[in-house]
Order: sequence, then C-alpha cells, then structure tokens
Amino acid sequence: MKEDTLMTAEQNGQNDEWYLGDHRFSSRFVLGSGKFSLPLVQAVTEAAEVELITLALRRTNEGGVANILEYIPSTVGIVPNTSGARNAEEAVRIARLAHRICHTPFIKIEIMRDSRYLLPDNQETVRATEQLAKEGFVVMPYMFPDLTVARDLVQAGAACVMPLAAPIGSNKGLINKEWIQLLVDELSVPIIVDAGIGKPSEACAAMEMGVTAIMANTAIATAKDISGMAKAFNMAIQAGRRSYLSGLGRVLERGGQASSPLTGYLR
Amino acid sequence: MYDINKTIINDVVRQAWQQKRSDSMSYITGMEVIDETLMHKVISAREIYSPKEYTAIDVEEALQVDRLSWKNFGALLSPAAKPYLEAMAQRAKAVKEAYFGNGIQIFTPLYLSNYCENYCVYCGFNCHNTIKRAALNRDEIEREMQAIASTGLQEILLLTGESRSMSDISYISEACQIARKYFRVVGLEIYPVNSEEYALLHQCGADYVTVFQETYDSLVYEQLHLAGAKRIFPYRFHAQERALRGGMRGVGFAALLGLADFRKDAYATGIHARMLQQAYPHAEVAFSCPRLRPIKNNTSITATGIGEAELLQIVCAYRLFIPSASITVSTRECARVRNAMASIAANKLSAGVSTGIGTHSEKTNHDGDAQFEIADGRSVSEVCADLEKLGLQPVPVDYIYV
Repeated sequence: MKEDTLMTAEQNGQNDEWYLGDHRFSSRFVLGSGKFSLPLVQAVTEAAEVELITLALRRTNEGGVANILEYIPSTVGIVPNTSGARNAEEAVRIARLAHRICHTPFIKIEIMRDSRYLLPDNQETVRATEQLAKEGFVVMPYMFPDLTVARDLVQAGAACVMPLAAPIGSNKGLINKEWIQLLVDELSVPIIVDAGIGKPSEACAAMEMGVTAIMANTAIATAKDISGMAKAFNMAIQAGRRSYLSGLGRVLERGGQASSPLTGYLR
Repeated sequence: MYDINKTIINDVVRQAWQQKRSDSMSYITGMEVIDETLMHKVISAREIYSPKEYTAIDVEEALQVDRLSWKNFGALLSPAAKPYLEAMAQRAKAVKEAYFGNGIQIFTPLYLSNYCENYCVYCGFNCHNTIKRAALNRDEIEREMQAIASTGLQEILLLTGESRSMSDISYISEACQIARKYFRVVGLEIYPVNSEEYALLHQCGADYVTVFQETYDSLVYEQLHLAGAKRIFPYRFHAQERALRGGMRGVGFAALLGLADFRKDAYATGIHARMLQQAYPHAEVAFSCPRLRPIKNNTSITATGIGEAELLQIVCAYRLFIPSASITVSTRECARVRNAMASIAANKLSAGVSTGIGTHSEKTNHDGDAQFEIADGRSVSEVCADLEKLGLQPVPVDYIYV
C-alpha cells in the first residue's frame, strides 16, 4: 500500500528505502547497460549512483559475459534480463543460465513475440513469473501496464512490476501515464517504470506520480555526454521522489462556481 | 473513558456493565477464522487518524486529485472540510454522475424475523428489549414478497434479527429462493456466517451482503455489544471477506454513526472497503451511512454531533474516495434529506419501507415491532415521483444474477 510507504518515510524521517524481495535499496535509478561501450560502464554507474544495473544475457558477443561483469563495480547489483525470449519456456531457460553465470537472485523477465515494436507479451510473462518465483528468483517482470495482468503478476510472485512508459527505445516519455498511475494506486509491490523515458524531466514526472524507481538506458546511451546525462537522470529522479513525499501543492482553478448551491437543503 | 455516545447509556446499561463479560476479540467455536492482517491495518489506521490535524490546504488538495489517498480521504472527513462542503457536494455530484448518470437504484428491505440473541444496547431488536417478536413463515414470506413485487420493485434486501435458532441458514436460504421468483436482485442483511454458508446463500439466489460493523473502535464495540455472537468483533469484521469467498458479487459496509467518534468510524469504514477491494478487485463495494436513531424503550438515543451537514460531508467523502461504490441512504433520514442526497452523492434509495415484521401485505396478522423508527414513510410510487421531479431516474434493477 502506497499510503503506508509514504507515511513511513514522512513520519520517521529515515532513509527512504525500498525493497525487492528481501533486498534493500536507496537508489531509485536502475540503469540499463546496453548501447554504450563497456569501458564507460563504470563511469556511468558512478555518475548515476545506481545500485542495480540490467544486463542482457543474449547480447554478450562483444567482449563476452565475463568481460562486462568485470566493468560493473562490485557494489552494484546485476539484474540479468531474458531479452530474446519469445515465450515463457525460453525465458525460464535464459533465467537459469543467467543465474549460473551472474550468481544473482534477480531476473528481469522480457518476453517479446513482436520484433517490430518489442512489446512485452503479458500472458507469457505471467507464466514465466510464476515458474521463476517458485524457483526462488527475485522476479522483475517487464510488462505492458495492464492492472489485471499486474495483479496476476503479483499473485504469481513478482517482486515488482516494470511497466513501459512508451515503446522501448523511443524516448517518447510518459505515454502510458494514466495506466501506470493505476498500478501505483492499486499495487503493493514496487513499480519500476521501464522503457520510453526520454528525458530527466519525464523521469521526474514519473517519480512525482509515486512510482518506486525508474529504469533508463537509451536516453542515456544516446546522449552526447553519457555520464553527464546519467547524473542528470539521477538528480531528476531524486527531485521527483522528494516532490512526491512532500505532496504536490494545489493548482488554483479560475472561475466556474456553480450557480445553484447543492447544500441549500441543510437545516 | 471511552468515546461512547452518552445518550445510549441508561441505568439498564450501567447495570449490565457490572456483569462479567466474555472476551470480545476471541472467536466462539464454529466461527471460521481467516487471516486478520487486514483487520489490524484498519484498526491501526483508525487509531492513527487524527481529524483535528488536517488543514484547509489538505482539503483543497483532496478536492483536486483524481484518486484520493487515505490522507485525502481523511482530510475530507475532518472538521477542516466544513467550509468546503458546497465544493465537496459539487465534486461528489460530478463524480457520481460520471459513474451512475441520473439513475437511482430503488429497493426495499423485507424484515423476515426480529428474534435476536445479541445484546446490543442501542438496538431495538436486542434480546433484552421487550418488544413483540415475530418471524414470517413460508407462506407469509411469499405473500409479503408478492405485495412488494406488485409495487414494481425488482430488488429486495432480506433482513433478520441475529438469531441462528429462530432464523437459521435453511430458513434464510428458503427465503432467498422464494425471493428469486419475484425479484432479480436479492441482498442480505443477516447475522455474519461462515464462507460455506455464504456460498449456499449465493446458490440460493442472494448476491450481495451487507454487514454493519457499527463501530471500528474495538473498545467501544465491547462496551456496546454485551452478549451474543455479535459480541465477537473480529468475526463480524471479516464477514464481507467471507461473503466474497463464498461467491457474493458485492458487499456493503457501514459504521452506525453516533456510537463513537463518527469521523474516525467513517474513516475506518472507507479504509476497510478500500483495502478489501484491493484484495478482491472484482468485488463491488457499497456504503450505508446510518445515523443512530431512537428505539422502542429508549427514545432518548440520538446521534450526538452529527447534523445533516456532517452526514453530507461523510457521504461526499465516501463518494470521492471510492467513486464506483454504491451508496445507500436509508429511511433513517427524512424525505428532504434523502432527496438531496440522491441528487448529490447517493445512488441508491429504499422505498416503501417498513422495519416491522409482516407489514407489507395486509393478510399477515402477527406483525412484530420495528428495529428503529423510520423517518421517511413514502411509498415506492411517491419516491419515484419525487426522484423524477429532481431529474433523476428510478432504476429498479441494474444487474442480472448469474
């Protein structure tokens, strides 16, 4: 329940932390490691102050898995993803492989049967989540923001849900704002907005809505100054979180007072 | 000591308090026990909620957001919202119309029996109150329902006093089956039962269940419910959840406003409904907003401090907190108030109401005394005519039992 989270953070004045399963985090920025050169990974993770970085197990040709792992600071948790999986069975196989290679409990489920838009297959994602949660993974499913599916994911054992804000890699921002807001309002697990966030201001806006964390990759990887943009995102996410906890101020409305009072009947 | 409405307390009650009483938080044998996490969260939310701490700024914020947080809901129920009542009403009306248009569902309660094994000191049916007791038999139920159906109503709410011996599950099941012959929607307001029993009642035609928690302050609750199964606070609290597990489509909630701190009880009622709907997203939730009324043999009982403005504030807060909720205003309120409520925030009214036993059909000869004194005796056609004058549309039924 978001109300609980909010009250705890406000009342205790403690570190504003969040959890994936039993794992505690203070950074609310999850970085994707694709689309930029490996030697930059360390500088970018430091600039972003991230505690989690995702890693596509299937895209390991350049440098190999062992290599990229060497570039990631040991303080940062690795979240392998199942990109390339076309159904639940493939995702489960990739997850098991990732676990052997990366020695991490986390798995981000990405299942796509659509290669043009790379949209997640929600139904298969629920199936994979159920299986991997049973096997003890901390399951982080990437999904299209559908409340009913999100509930099914939570029921299946997901540690969070990762709704897409806009088509992946599009940098189009919070197109799915309304639907993500429903997830924020209704679910008790963390909501990590993943995909489509193009600018720090959009990351900030998503955090102001009450989402738990932001995952970004393309917006940073395609910036002129990758480390600079990683830092800007980090600051925007922190500002958005602080804004959410502080409660947005009112917006004054102009005009429009009803002509006939409804409360005239009161005695 | 506790925040109890003083008008309820008389010598009879004081004397009863001298007797040794059972633990109201411990289940009695036969009561189904389910996970209590939700109950503890609601009780704790009620305890933490401090109406006096809210300011005008909190209320203004609550009137602007699309979906209200607990805090927003708390602000609308607080004294700080009083100057904003007109704005709340305008907002509630817009929200209600977005969900229900100009439709107002109409129904009537049918009291099957007024035998009761509980000792709730504020209730006219309580087992120590000397009233005329009665229970309708099968033929009388049928005649009463025929009489009600002839008024054009298609939804009925079946009520009993809380007596498992005088109105057992098979008796209520049979009443549901008869009701299904005459009505398209059958609701229940009976003593809380186990989920298997709710499942049976659902199979027999009942589709929604209303249980008033009366007060969510467990200490006040203990002082007001001195004997009988109703004394067991947690069993009553979980009735709606058991009903949903039994397959019921919808569940209704209410605090009897005036027993304890009404703002805190209204807050707890809203949080209870909200949390249960989050756990059971398919559930339809409903609110009633009864104010305490005088009863036979204790006419001094009044809902102290809850005027019409406070009642409107509560109903508007419910509407804005859960826009899709069904909200009923019963005949505890007069026609003027009910008409206004239907225009503003309520979407459901009872009509042609009698809270006695066997008073709908003339052929029933042993009528029992009423639970409380009603304040709106309009017939179904009078209620419908008044609604139409207000530009509202009486809706006899909006659901098909499946």
